[in-house]
Amino acid sequence: MITAENHESPGSQPDASPPLLRGFGETLSSGPVAAATLVLAVMILIAITVPFLGTLDPFRIVPGSRLAPVSSEFWFGTDALGRDVFARTLYGTRTSLVVGVVAASVSIAAGLLIGVIAGYFRLADAIIMRFMDGLMAIPGIVLAVALVSIAGASLATVLVAIVVPEIPRVVRLVRGVILNLRNEPYVEAAISLGTPLPKLLFRHLIPNTMAPLIVQGSFILASAILTEAALSFLGVGLPPEVPSWGNIMSEGRRYFQLLPGLIFFPGVFLAITVLSVNILGDALRDALDPKLARKI
Amino acid sequence: MTSSSYSSPAGVEPRPDESGAVLRIDNLKIEALDKRGNTTIVKDLSLSIRSGETLCVVGESGSGKSVSSLAVMGLLAKSVLSASGEIRLEGENVLTASEARLRELRATRMAMVFQEPMTALNPVERVGKQIEEVLKTHSRHSSRERKQQVLDMMRAVRLPNPEQLYNAYPHQLSGGQRQRIVICMALILKPKLLIADEPTTALDVTTQKQILTLIKELQQTLRTAVLFITHDFGVVSEIADRIVVMNKGEIVETGTRDEILARPRQAYTRMLVSSVPSLVPKETNRALGAPVLEVTGVDKTYKQARLFGAGFHVNAVQDAKLSLRRGEIIGIVGESGSGKSTLARCIARLIDPTAGRVELGGRDIATLSRSELRPFRKCIQVVFQDPYKSLNARLRVGDSIIEGLLNFGMKRAEAYEKAEAMIELVGMHRDVLRRYPHQFSGGQRQRICIARALALEPEVLIADEAVSALDVSVQKQVLDLIEKIRVEKNISILFITHDLRVAAQICDTIIVMQKGRIVEASSARQVLTTPQEDYTRLLISTAPGRDWDFRNFRPLTPSGEALLTGQA
Repeated sequence: MITAENHESPGSQPDASPPLLRGFGETLSSGPVAAATLVLAVMILIAITVPFLGTLDPFRIVPGSRLAPVSSEFWFGTDALGRDVFARTLYGTRTSLVVGVVAASVSIAAGLLIGVIAGYFRLADAIIMRFMDGLMAIPGIVLAVALVSIAGASLATVLVAIVVPEIPRVVRLVRGVILNLRNEPYVEAAISLGTPLPKLLFRHLIPNTMAPLIVQGSFILASAILTEAALSFLGVGLPPEVPSWGNIMSEGRRYFQLLPGLIFFPGVFLAITVLSVNILGDALRDALDPKLARKI
Repeated sequence: MTSSSYSSPAGVEPRPDESGAVLRIDNLKIEALDKRGNTTIVKDLSLSIRSGETLCVVGESGSGKSVSSLAVMGLLAKSVLSASGEIRLEGENVLTASEARLRELRATRMAMVFQEPMTALNPVERVGKQIEEVLKTHSRHSSRERKQQVLDMMRAVRLPNPEQLYNAYPHQLSGGQRQRIVICMALILKPKLLIADEPTTALDVTTQKQILTLIKELQQTLRTAVLFITHDFGVVSEIADRIVVMNKGEIVETGTRDEILARPRQAYTRMLVSSVPSLVPKETNRALGAPVLEVTGVDKTYKQARLFGAGFHVNAVQDAKLSLRRGEIIGIVGESGSGKSTLARCIARLIDPTAGRVELGGRDIATLSRSELRPFRKCIQVVFQDPYKSLNARLRVGDSIIEGLLNFGMKRAEAYEKAEAMIELVGMHRDVLRRYPHQFSGGQRQRICIARALALEPEVLIADEAVSALDVSVQKQVLDLIEKIRVEKNISILFITHDLRVAAQICDTIIVMQKGRIVEASSARQVLTTPQEDYTRLLISTAPGRDWDFRNFRPLTPSGEALLTGQA
């Protein structure tokens, strides 16, 4: 006898929110989380507005002031070609956020689709999962090197190199949730109510994957930003003229002793962005489901 | 064996003198700590148990019986629960004892047996070693002596082949054997007090009977005081010397077993005792209609594939046959693993039967494809056991109820009107439809599930242990509701239960299943009063409290069979 029965709970108001969202605002208003939210808001603002400021040009080469130190004209100094590192770093925010957001959305979308199929249709499961195991065994960097040498360095290549190894992780996550749910009495009840398959999936199964997926998505976002920087740093990422944090650091590497700012400034941007995304991801995980915090 | 259990203590109220009590609880108050204010969970709890006595604490869920027992063991989570008052174990106050002292007390003076033996045992250690561990921590013996003591104890709890079982892992044992191991661990140091928190609730009736007998016997040889926590009055009537009835954290009534069961003074106790369904089948002279559902030769076989060598088959259901007529309630009873739920799920086509016919109004639905099956879905509806898992927590109650109607093409407004009618039929207010499931108790949720099932106006309702997770008083209400619906809607019901008492109250026909086969099928009256099969007789004889007529507050005579037949 485990049920709480005695109190015939009257229920507070008819329109109380579903259990999913309780305590959400509370978690988001804690100190570090608020700071992380603020940092991300600023980053997004920079990414959107930087071209419209009109004063900064990341591509303008000023041959006269190569490797200039930090000054009132060049806040972060200039690189070996005489480009403004401050401008390039701000433009790099765009690149990083685009890579992060696109990589996260694409891998979540693809992973959700494949995961639901694998979790719900038993026949597809074995085939899909073995294929996913295969994908998981490919190292991201090696894949990137291969792709760049075949298709050339471009944003799309980098995204493919980041997304492909992420998909199997999302698939496993979604499949696990679906497998757990498909035998829940409320799903069986829906089946016996004659619920057609698409409705069953979208109404009863997929909403339950959202909480873990949002969390997973935030971590993919952070790791995609890092991976892009790492790939660019290694020279197998974006073409060198594209302003990305990884590219700036890669070019600055040779002059590190002369001008540490070439690595330091984009490095700081990269670090606080990733840190903020991770803090927010953790907070989301706690807010969405206290039990989930122990599962992942 | 059973009749002796209540003739012995009858009438002689053991008045424990102050010194003789093994456990004395005085004015125990337990509060749940919360930033927004404390909630009192248990208040003014006072009781005492003498050596060799069994005190049953009975109450519905939320009555505070388990939390009080945890307080006695010193197992309350101190950061959330605070206890005040006095709990004296042989004169020593447990509430003020240090952690180290508590650890010492726990094995040597008091021990606890929990509901679920599988979670009480370490799954990766051999059971013999686990029992030995207790000895190792609390006494100094050579390893040979220890092993000998463990084996002796295992013999004392009647485990077959102790030498062999010593090396077994928990998953290799049956539920009853596991509970015996847990009892071994609890009693090996011969504690003065044994706390048993629903120790037989997770077990089948036949196993329950054995465990209850075992506890009783060990108690008599070791003179242990037993604090037995249960919700089941059947169990209480078998083992209690004295009874404490709790409700909402307070003691309602205390007395000897016969006082409480035969002459309850408080209205709450009367209500609780008389809610216990009787094993005496109801007289039913209802005219039943034409057959609605015909099941013939249904098999369900699970193939267990092996990587190497041949796989093996598990016959979950074999050659099941039944015929359900309009307005009839057929009960399918059996122990866990008997295949009763599998059969129900085959009939509802939640799983596909391996062979056989399931005819619904003359049409075989056993082999229809998913899309062919869809129109038939609304003819069979299911109410599940766990009311907490059978509603989608993200949907408002109303949306859950109208889902089926929308699936079959009804307009939303019309469906909502229907849902309002249904929710009122199950005795709830229509405001319920706009709320979310988490705002309701188990019993209320079960009503909602019934409303959802009925909205489609099915011909057959399958209730799969639908009242098993509910407290007796709520169980009674839901059973009454099912009966009312049967009368009003003239619906046919397949009622799956492990509880013969519940089956006796509601079923016209009872089918007894064992190991996937139907062993007996006949009218409820015949099955319960003149069972033909040994297995049915065993089930009836092990039903707890079968010698007590709870509804009429009196014991049945030892020749209970005769009385059972004569009554009604």
